[in-house]
Amino acid sequence: MSSPRGDSKNKRKSAFSRRGFLQGLGAGTGVLSTGILAEQEAQAAPAAVSGPDAVSITLEINGKSYKATVEPRTTLLDTLRNQLDMTGAKRVCDRGTCGACTVIVDKKVMYSCTILAVDAQGKKIETIEGLAPEGKLHPVSQAFWDNDAQQCGYCTPGFVMAAKGLLDRNPNPTYEQVKKGLGGNLCRCGTYVGVRKAVLQASKDMGGKHA
Amino acid sequence: MPNYSWPAMDKRRVMGQPIKRLDGPVKASGRAKYNSDVHPKDMLWATLVTSPHAHARITAIDLSPAEKMPGVTAVRAIKKAGDEVQWAGTEIASIAAINEEVARDAARAVAVKYEVLPHLVQEQDLAKAGTRAKPAGEQVSGDPDQAFKDADVVVEGEYGVPVITHCCLESHGTIVQWNGDHVEVWPSTQNVSGVPAAFATALKVPANQIHVHMDHVGGGFGSKFPLDLWDAEAAQLSKASGGKPVKMFLDRETELTIAGVRPSAFAKVKLGAKKDGTFTVWESKTWGSGGFQAAGLNADLFPYVYRKVANRRVNHSGVSLNAGSARAWRAPNHPQVSLITCSALDDLAAKLGMDPLQFFLKNADLTNKPDVYRAQLNKAAAMIEWSKYGHARPDQTKGPIKRGLGIGVNTWGGLGHESQCRITIQADGSVEVDLGSQDLGTATRTMIAMVAAETFGLQVGQISIGLGDTQFPPSGGSGGSTTIGGVTVSTRKAAVNALGKIFDLLATSMSVPADQLEAIDGRIQQKGNPGKAISWKQACAKLGAQTISEMGENLPRNAPKEGLINQGVSGVQMADVSVDIETGIVKMNRMVAVQDCGLVVNPRTAESQVLGACIMSTCASLFEERVMDQQTGRVLNADMEFYKLSGIGDIGEILVHMDISPEHDARGIIGLGEPPAVGGMAAISNAVANAIGVRVGILPLTPNRVLAALANGRNA
Repeated sequence: MSSPRGDSKNKRKSAFSRRGFLQGLGAGTGVLSTGILAEQEAQAAPAAVSGPDAVSITLEINGKSYKATVEPRTTLLDTLRNQLDMTGAKRVCDRGTCGACTVIVDKKVMYSCTILAVDAQGKKIETIEGLAPEGKLHPVSQAFWDNDAQQCGYCTPGFVMAAKGLLDRNPNPTYEQVKKGLGGNLCRCGTYVGVRKAVLQASKDMGGKHA
Repeated sequence: MPNYSWPAMDKRRVMGQPIKRLDGPVKASGRAKYNSDVHPKDMLWATLVTSPHAHARITAIDLSPAEKMPGVTAVRAIKKAGDEVQWAGTEIASIAAINEEVARDAARAVAVKYEVLPHLVQEQDLAKAGTRAKPAGEQVSGDPDQAFKDADVVVEGEYGVPVITHCCLESHGTIVQWNGDHVEVWPSTQNVSGVPAAFATALKVPANQIHVHMDHVGGGFGSKFPLDLWDAEAAQLSKASGGKPVKMFLDRETELTIAGVRPSAFAKVKLGAKKDGTFTVWESKTWGSGGFQAAGLNADLFPYVYRKVANRRVNHSGVSLNAGSARAWRAPNHPQVSLITCSALDDLAAKLGMDPLQFFLKNADLTNKPDVYRAQLNKAAAMIEWSKYGHARPDQTKGPIKRGLGIGVNTWGGLGHESQCRITIQADGSVEVDLGSQDLGTATRTMIAMVAAETFGLQVGQISIGLGDTQFPPSGGSGGSTTIGGVTVSTRKAAVNALGKIFDLLATSMSVPADQLEAIDGRIQQKGNPGKAISWKQACAKLGAQTISEMGENLPRNAPKEGLINQGVSGVQMADVSVDIETGIVKMNRMVAVQDCGLVVNPRTAESQVLGACIMSTCASLFEERVMDQQTGRVLNADMEFYKLSGIGDIGEILVHMDISPEHDARGIIGLGEPPAVGGMAAISNAVANAIGVRVGILPLTPNRVLAALANGRNA
């Protein structure tokens, strides 16, 4: 991950992204339908070598600055969870499949298990903890509650962040766009019916404005 | 003896209302702390060294390279040289370290030598199982041989569903701190109150020195009951690391390899009927595997629901595989038995040239509740518009997309587990309801609050619930759809007992006999007379320095005669699918579910349970399969890319009808976790057969299986 990268725009257009490859394998399922892998989105970075020992980093999360000491191999997800006590993002598949660790980085919906913490420096990171102050609910969270779009709830924060990212991009999604837009998140209890209703409600409640 | 019975259906103010789940806000805002999120001070990280071989003898273990690594606090051998391992993923050693990265590095440094032995990891071909297949023995009733001679139509078919995994999103694991004599445990479990006894045995520590905390659990589905070896290891590692807390949660690969699966089930079925469609004889040879200990299926359940068939012969063989063990999986036995039975019945109807709906209706007398199943079949048929979309096999529409409908049925028990509840009322009017139970996402917390609120004439928001802690009275494990039965009875009894104390307190000052008082809409009043009332707060203020603390208990042996809860439910699922016969892709368009579960406490969360069950069935029908590699003996898809769950776009529209009626309501409360998870696989498999005209016998209905079945059909 520390090697120099090509132009990020070209990177995004690459026909051979890992996600695209997986989509080919996954014919017939909608599981792998959104491109939110970090690798595709990574910005061009200088070839600075860090590690192997732990390094001190600064992350901008929910508008505040946080310091952490991490090994270069540590993911943003593990840094959030293990060092900063932001445990809304969950570690489930740990390899960019299930979306339970979804966060928003520089306005892009991303799996925080596929971003190295050292690479997340200098970016604006939004986690579910920043959506609303404790005791208050963001309209997306409210809509999840109103539509019972949760059972065990372990996937819910990831879905809420993916839904927020979807509504940021498209404040008035159609039903089909909701299905496609949240295709990168998995739920085991089977809350998809409630989730679809929740996202449409949130869109309406926010008056079609950005989340 | 106080009257604990439920208020009449039309008198209930809270129960029966679609109340939003109480833990919704904390979960939807990401602030709910699951135990995998908990981070006690000085916490260490643990991991396992596991066997890469499915069957092997350990010849040497060298822990020293790991022990020497900086940051490692404890290394323990679980196995020793000479031990035999019987499945890949078997725990060999455990490690604790200052962080997860170091723990994993240390696990890689442990040197284990194996003598690799032959393994068996696949069971679909019974002939290759040899002596690893153990028949349970034939059961016969009636005279099946004569019945086949007398039958007008006989069909034979092969059906099956492979091993699938629970794939709980929060993996199995525990944080444990064993500090001197005392043990603090933060598990991910379906049985909070059962943890101390299990740890006490494993650690030889008195159970009363073990304290368990769990606010939320990220999925269980039957797989999170036992104290696992890794839980006990976490405790030992904590002790060996000077009493620091140790976190041991399985990584995804280990989770999908050893933390529990649903047994496979394969079947050769022969069955017969009279020309008029009367089903007369069932014969099945089934086999499957629940891992090395084989286990498998309860063949007594064949034929499913249509049990009163006059003639039957069944036999089941459990196949011992070198693979991770089975655990209870939402409705143990039932989904597999429903799939095999309903698929075979559907094929019989097709051979008779009979509409499957008419066939299932006609033979409803063979069920234990003919009227209920008939009504449910008709209701589900109306919901899925059977008269509009139903047709004989196959869909004759031109073009590659074929559409079809299918039926699956379910049944389950219920009643309630042992549960104790303590309710405390303070002079400020606050109500605390405490049980050592757990909320798996089934809204148990919400139901408890609803029962208490109903009894006290309050709103759910006025009730505090204490759950998931062994300082609370014990309540049973959440399995077999017994939780709601257990906790609602214990809560109701504790609440009625506590209310009785309040009535006693008020009788003199209100000049109304205690048995003539009632609690309603935030008041205590003379029955039916709001003019003679005081508010709940005023009533409780009379407690002064006293506190009311009352217990209630559900004892399973007494529950049937008390009448608050019941058992035995019925339900029907119907599916509407489209199949692309050029690509083999199956799409679930719609599913409908009609379900009875007695008195429905909360229709909103009940519907969510049924919706979730329909989605889980769809996953198992179309995507899920644990794939074993015959060469290495390992699970090939122990990750979530290739162990496929359905995504939000794979699920069509789902309509749920909860069978809420005075007749069902009068039976009392019955659990809902298992039954709706049963019939969906059969419904989808039958819908595919209806669409394309051939049976795709083995689930999941992947494109390659669909195309192969179509090719075989053309060649037949």
